[in-house]
Amino acid sequence: MAHARPIATTRSATGIPTPRLAVWWILASEVVIFGGLLGVYLMHRIGHPEWAEAASHTQTWIGAINTFVLLTSSFTCVLAHQAAEKGNGKEAAKLLGFTILGALMFLMIKSYEWTTEILAGYTITSNTFWSFYYTAAGLHALHVIAGAIIMGFVAVDAFRGRELHRVEIIGIYWHFVDVVWIFLFPLLYIAK
Amino acid sequence: MLESLPQASTYAADIDNLILFIGIIVGVWFFLAEGIFFWLIWKFRAKPGEKSQYLVGKEKHVKQWITIPHALVLVCDVFIVVAAVRVWYDVKQQLPEPDSTIRVIGQQWAWTFQHPGADNELDTGDDIFTVGDLHVETEKTYHFQLQSRDVLHSFSVPVFRLKQDAIPGRSITGWFTPTQTGEFDVQCAEICGIGHGVMAARIHIEDANTHAAWISSASAATTP
Amino acid sequence: MADTVADVHQHETHGHDDHHHDQGWVSKYLLSTDHKIIGMQYMFTGMFMAVIGGYMAYVFRMQLAFPGISVPGFGQVSPGEYNALITNHGSIMIFWVAMPVLIAAFGNFLIPLMIGADDMVFPRINRLSFQVFFLSSVVLLLSLFVEGGGFGGAWTSYPPLSANGDYNQTALGATLWLTAVGLEFVAFLLGGINFITTLMNSRAPGMRAYDIPLVCWMIVIASILFMLSVGPLLAGAVMLLFDQTLNTGFYDPARGGDPILWQHLFWFFGHPEVYVVLLPAIGITVDVMATFARKKIFGYKMVLYTAVATGVLSFFVWAHHQFIAGIDPRMANVFTITTLLISVPIAEMLFVMIATLYGGSIQLTTPMLWALSFMAEFLIGGVTGIFLGASGADIYFHDTYFVLAHFHYTFFPIAIIGTFCAFTYWFPKMFGRMMNDTLGKIHFWGTIIPFNFIFIPLFVLGMGGQHRRIYNFQHFPEIAGPEYFQLRQLATISLLIMLAFQLVFFYNVIVSWMRGEKAGKNPWKANTLEWSTESPPPHGNWPVDELPTVYRGPYEYGHPDREEDYWPQHLPG
Repeated sequence: MAHARPIATTRSATGIPTPRLAVWWILASEVVIFGGLLGVYLMHRIGHPEWAEAASHTQTWIGAINTFVLLTSSFTCVLAHQAAEKGNGKEAAKLLGFTILGALMFLMIKSYEWTTEILAGYTITSNTFWSFYYTAAGLHALHVIAGAIIMGFVAVDAFRGRELHRVEIIGIYWHFVDVVWIFLFPLLYIAK
Repeated sequence: MLESLPQASTYAADIDNLILFIGIIVGVWFFLAEGIFFWLIWKFRAKPGEKSQYLVGKEKHVKQWITIPHALVLVCDVFIVVAAVRVWYDVKQQLPEPDSTIRVIGQQWAWTFQHPGADNELDTGDDIFTVGDLHVETEKTYHFQLQSRDVLHSFSVPVFRLKQDAIPGRSITGWFTPTQTGEFDVQCAEICGIGHGVMAARIHIEDANTHAAWISSASAATTP
Repeated sequence: MADTVADVHQHETHGHDDHHHDQGWVSKYLLSTDHKIIGMQYMFTGMFMAVIGGYMAYVFRMQLAFPGISVPGFGQVSPGEYNALITNHGSIMIFWVAMPVLIAAFGNFLIPLMIGADDMVFPRINRLSFQVFFLSSVVLLLSLFVEGGGFGGAWTSYPPLSANGDYNQTALGATLWLTAVGLEFVAFLLGGINFITTLMNSRAPGMRAYDIPLVCWMIVIASILFMLSVGPLLAGAVMLLFDQTLNTGFYDPARGGDPILWQHLFWFFGHPEVYVVLLPAIGITVDVMATFARKKIFGYKMVLYTAVATGVLSFFVWAHHQFIAGIDPRMANVFTITTLLISVPIAEMLFVMIATLYGGSIQLTTPMLWALSFMAEFLIGGVTGIFLGASGADIYFHDTYFVLAHFHYTFFPIAIIGTFCAFTYWFPKMFGRMMNDTLGKIHFWGTIIPFNFIFIPLFVLGMGGQHRRIYNFQHFPEIAGPEYFQLRQLATISLLIMLAFQLVFFYNVIVSWMRGEKAGKNPWKANTLEWSTESPPPHGNWPVDELPTVYRGPYEYGHPDREEDYWPQHLPG
């Protein structure tokens, strides 16, 4: 059912457009969630040097590929925003499509990665290091999935020339998902 | 009712006095605040024909009614902090030399006590294990090693004013020196499942002779 | 960016009236995106849950006063059922009563009205937040009826008890409880976005920051506080969920986990949480006091700044819940200092509120009685907190009924008195009719007096060494004597009386809603914007071209330049 956008949404006493304000507050709450989880992990890791054995079995090169994939997808997302700024909805939609493709690649590579690890016996219960690994990377992956779905809706609208300002908003969220991974990658893969 | 609870350890009176000290300071503020509050309600109740005053609260002599109490509250807080830290340090941050060491083990849903026996050493052949009954001697300083076999429990002896949580996987050391003979409650002070309420124990504080007699008869009867 | 926003404005904002006269009942009430309806949905869900939580209190207090009795309306209370009752009573009252009513119901209803907006900025996310909240309530209630019964590990849910079904014997209940709490957190994160963004951006022309009514500020500050403190607990809850369902060892010492970690994560949120519910209650009290003392708040900015200071400080006090939990004893000293420090801004807020009465013209209407009683009763809660914040004294008081009485003297004023204060004050605006003031006063006295007779005995019992979460004190000879039982029975009977008087409230609500005197726009002669529109406000709150402009602050009562003792914000000149 179509709802008229309230006049409230169009006001801006702070000068910042409301959707952008909202997404920054969402990110603030997400930062505390992931910050909490990663902080807890860090404390445990420092207190348990013997986890190095378990940690040595993460597949750093797969993690590195995924980092590259995610960074590239952030790049296409920036390009999408630029296109949206110029009013070019079709171009923006195409570039958002590439971003979603990047997300799908990320998820597929991760599925492959986790499958090999689980088959090798490194499950979520084999060791508390692995419990953290799957929980943190899993929570991140959930955010990738959610982001990709929302991005799909935004892309469809953009293709039709509608709601172009939302390209920037989903872009900000996507960059955050990328930044979380930038923290996860060294913590889970590199620091052995 | 705190008045009727025996002070059976060397620090029980300190804790009671801290509570009394806080009570007096807090009590003064409380009655003052409530008193002024009710007086203002009565004095400025709506009267026909009288309009309320327009007080902005910016003038210094007006703001002082807030800033001065504010400063006084801070001063009172400092006194309370100092008093509290002193008691805390005594009970929790230092360990006087022990005359004896016991082990207290909590589990779902009973307390096991390991007494050192006649040789006054834990983990030797003559240790006395009891379930639900802790025997100690008055005027002797004890260290207790507190452990748990499963979930969190908490060793609480109200007449000592003592309390310490027991964590599985850890042994936590505390101390007490009993000062009064008698038989008193030991409670579990951390919810530990459906048997939390039946996890009662008794502490028997005995004079030297009674305690020695108990050790002999318990050693004879006990199987490790 | 400005261009795009203007474009959007041209295309999409037209009158609200056009859309809605052909809506069915389901779209208009069940699936509404109107902030006022969503506010009502939260209100009624919260009040329904309050009845459930109150029923639970009735059952376990009957058991405590008359152990072994077959409680009318429940039956005999087993130890496991007792634990489930106290766990869910606490969880319900905090997460499913205090938060939805004070923040979501009144925040939703009041914020757009009080800032002169026609709705929240994201009406559909608003609707989603209620739906998630409603789902969380359903999951929680479901948890009470599954095999094993409701979760019995206390609202604090400490592992290993809460992580392992063998220990708590309510494995399914525990997982459902945890899921319900998690969903509730998500609902309030979603809702918070709306409150914060709407207040920041959608204010009426002319409404500067210090022209915003304090209740709106308080609800938004509370939302920010919630948002910034719940994250680590959400992470910790996922970890606990995995321990429960996947057998991970996050909190299992045998596998490198740490039960104390949960406590830190829980209380890092738990302590700010109490201010998350306190600040809106103070906001409500302050607004009501200004109206019925006919006086400007003694220090608007002081209230605002102390609220922010309290919020910030609240992040540094959490471990006072863990003094004897096995944390490093040296840490305890730090937390004693910060905990006693936080009493300062709160005391200051209270002083400002008391000072507001000076020079006033105080009308003792029902809402004002509630507002004044909030202060008188919360003060007791506040001062008894000092005993608990002082580490040396807490060694004795921890886990006793002293703690319980302390937090009921804070939570009851917040959740119950705060709710009745707001409800009786804004009822005319919400429903267009006046409540019966005589019934209101009967309900007031019938609640406040018994309330004190419930919890003062509990202070006494706590001082005598009675511990919490125990279903029957028969095993503790020192506290099983007749004097102790008399105190328990006094508390229980007072509870029964208090519960009985709530019937007066429900009767008053129904009768007033059906036949109360019509309220008009501004029955209380108040200044804030919600009183400038119809009662109840139409969809869109004001006609589209009549959204208010603001010319002054919200508390210009008793102004010397005016003949009237009030000066509404939207009147020019």
